[in-house]
Amino acid sequence: MARVELQSVTKSFGQITAVKKADVVFEEGSFTTLLGPSGCGKTTILRMIAGLEAPSAGDILIGGRRINDLPIHKRNLGLVFQNYALFPHKTIGQNIAFGLKYRGVPKAEARDKVRQALEIVRLPGVEDRYPTQLSGGQQQRIALARAIVIEPDVLLLDEPLSALDANLREEMRVELKSIQHRIGVTSIFVTHDQSEALAMSDRIVVMSAGEVQQEGAPEEVYNTPATEFVARFLGAANLFDARVTAADDRLVELETAAFGRLTLPRDRAARLGDAGPARLVVRAEKLALSEAAAPPGTVSAAATVAAVDYQGQLARYFLQIGDSQAQAIQMIDGRPYPEGAEVTVSLRPEDCTALPPASPDGESGPTGR
Amino acid sequence: MAQAREQDLRPWYLLSPALAAIALLVVVPMSFILVYSFYENIDLGLDRPAFQFGNWHELLTDSYYHVAIWKTLRLSVIVTVLAALMGYVPAYFIAFTRFHHKWLLLLLLIIPFWISFIIRTLSWIHIMGNEGVINALLLWLGVIDQPLHMMYNEFAVVVGFIHVFLPYMILNVYVSLEGIDRNLEPAARTLGCTPWQAFLEVTLPLSLPGLAAGCLLVFVLTAGSYVTPLILGGPDDFLFGNLIYDAVMSELNWPMGATLSFTLLVLLGLVVVVYSRFMRLNQLTKAFG
Repeated sequence: MARVELQSVTKSFGQITAVKKADVVFEEGSFTTLLGPSGCGKTTILRMIAGLEAPSAGDILIGGRRINDLPIHKRNLGLVFQNYALFPHKTIGQNIAFGLKYRGVPKAEARDKVRQALEIVRLPGVEDRYPTQLSGGQQQRIALARAIVIEPDVLLLDEPLSALDANLREEMRVELKSIQHRIGVTSIFVTHDQSEALAMSDRIVVMSAGEVQQEGAPEEVYNTPATEFVARFLGAANLFDARVTAADDRLVELETAAFGRLTLPRDRAARLGDAGPARLVVRAEKLALSEAAAPPGTVSAAATVAAVDYQGQLARYFLQIGDSQAQAIQMIDGRPYPEGAEVTVSLRPEDCTALPPASPDGESGPTGR
Repeated sequence: MAQAREQDLRPWYLLSPALAAIALLVVVPMSFILVYSFYENIDLGLDRPAFQFGNWHELLTDSYYHVAIWKTLRLSVIVTVLAALMGYVPAYFIAFTRFHHKWLLLLLLIIPFWISFIIRTLSWIHIMGNEGVINALLLWLGVIDQPLHMMYNEFAVVVGFIHVFLPYMILNVYVSLEGIDRNLEPAARTLGCTPWQAFLEVTLPLSLPGLAAGCLLVFVLTAGSYVTPLILGGPDDFLFGNLIYDAVMSELNWPMGATLSFTLLVLLGLVVVVYSRFMRLNQLTKAFG
């Protein structure tokens, strides 16, 4: 178990910079997710920690020790691959014992450890089978067992759930997290799936185009996105153009076309200056629809339901609010509002976040709507 | 009941064109050869239909033929082992290179097949002959003052065989290596293997089917050939195939030629059957597919 630290790590492949000056700390025993779309550099970071790629610049520290030049086989890491990467010509027992063999663990002891590892992943007694005789989910458990049996300093998980089907994925998600919790190994999990990241992580590092966009606890990243990219990547967010009209240490007042004036607590607009343009981020589930007048403490606007995506227990509405469009997600009891319905949308200002507008170089992700 | 029987026959209907072709083009001609082996050779090119075992008796008693079988097996093993050793490295390189135009490397491997292999074999005369490139260069450099005799011996035959059959080995090993999951070696490395250990634990065992298929092909191709020793070998460098050539082309003794041909077919057929059982060569079909 060890803390992992990236110190302004950069990785270039020819002309392309896959990771730009990443400074990230993975705390000892924590479960951290690197989240981002494909090509954002998250897998490259994982591969650099594993030693499968060498950083172009910067240092990687594990347990305070610089490991840039340490060969892969001396790093004592457990790596779980998306496609499991079990050795097809070896039995499950041999697969799991593989790392123990190269650590000089005596055979009898290795056998016990293999059995324990199989119990941890809840697949006891499959030692003598071959990987192809197991299902995808079972193979993934074996890959996990193979990685944790060597008691690695760090467990690296490269999209380990994305090859599984949806139900199994959710099941494994809970299980993986509970195994990690039980053995307490520092874990770094790479995924492009925001719900996996939110469900499993102690901390999330959101990446885009090789850069770290935001780092924080799942609810922090979700509720107070630091950039437009993060706002859009996690959950369904609405972004409205706004302008700062007044600000002090406690409150920030914004003017929007759709909702008029609203006042946010300062911590919801921490990155905003005291004047100038801004973007108001409203989560789709924080937009409330009603036919009656808006409840007190909210701001509201008249809207038209342009389309409805009915999903049983909830519905996603596509709304026209004046000149702007918005999405709202609501629990329903009874029937959803029909298309064309005139409704009142309301929101509580303290549920919103305000950001500076994306800079023209587009580093905060796509803009406009 | 009737329907069940009809269904049982369906695979045979589907197979029948292939079976007919094999029967017509393989089984029937081979039967002719077998029948021919019982004929009697009276004079040059003159045979008498008969059913006698003179030819087979000669084959089993004349040590000349046994020596030829021994020479053939020995040389085939030498060529196969050398081809395996020399073929694995380029196959590994082609399979694992990060070079973007892999097809070019594979094309380079296949291009020689566009030239008749007799011409390719003859080219060695210009390379290793007394007035060939190597001798000319060494003489010019003053390393030697007499040309080296590299031609018309077993060495030249082995070189010729390797030259012609190496691509078969490389392609088979390549196909096998290409099918290996690229994450397996990194997986082995993170678990504590050095690069060489990872190769021995993962890549080598998983490429064995291709290596085995390549070995079988090279062995059978070598054991069945006669042109290479004819062009590059000396008087003692003959294979079993050369005896067939001599019997049919020089002595015009077709019944003996038929006997020898059938013997070679059975011997190599046995090698293939035993070997495929032993090595479980489903890889062979993959390589040709």
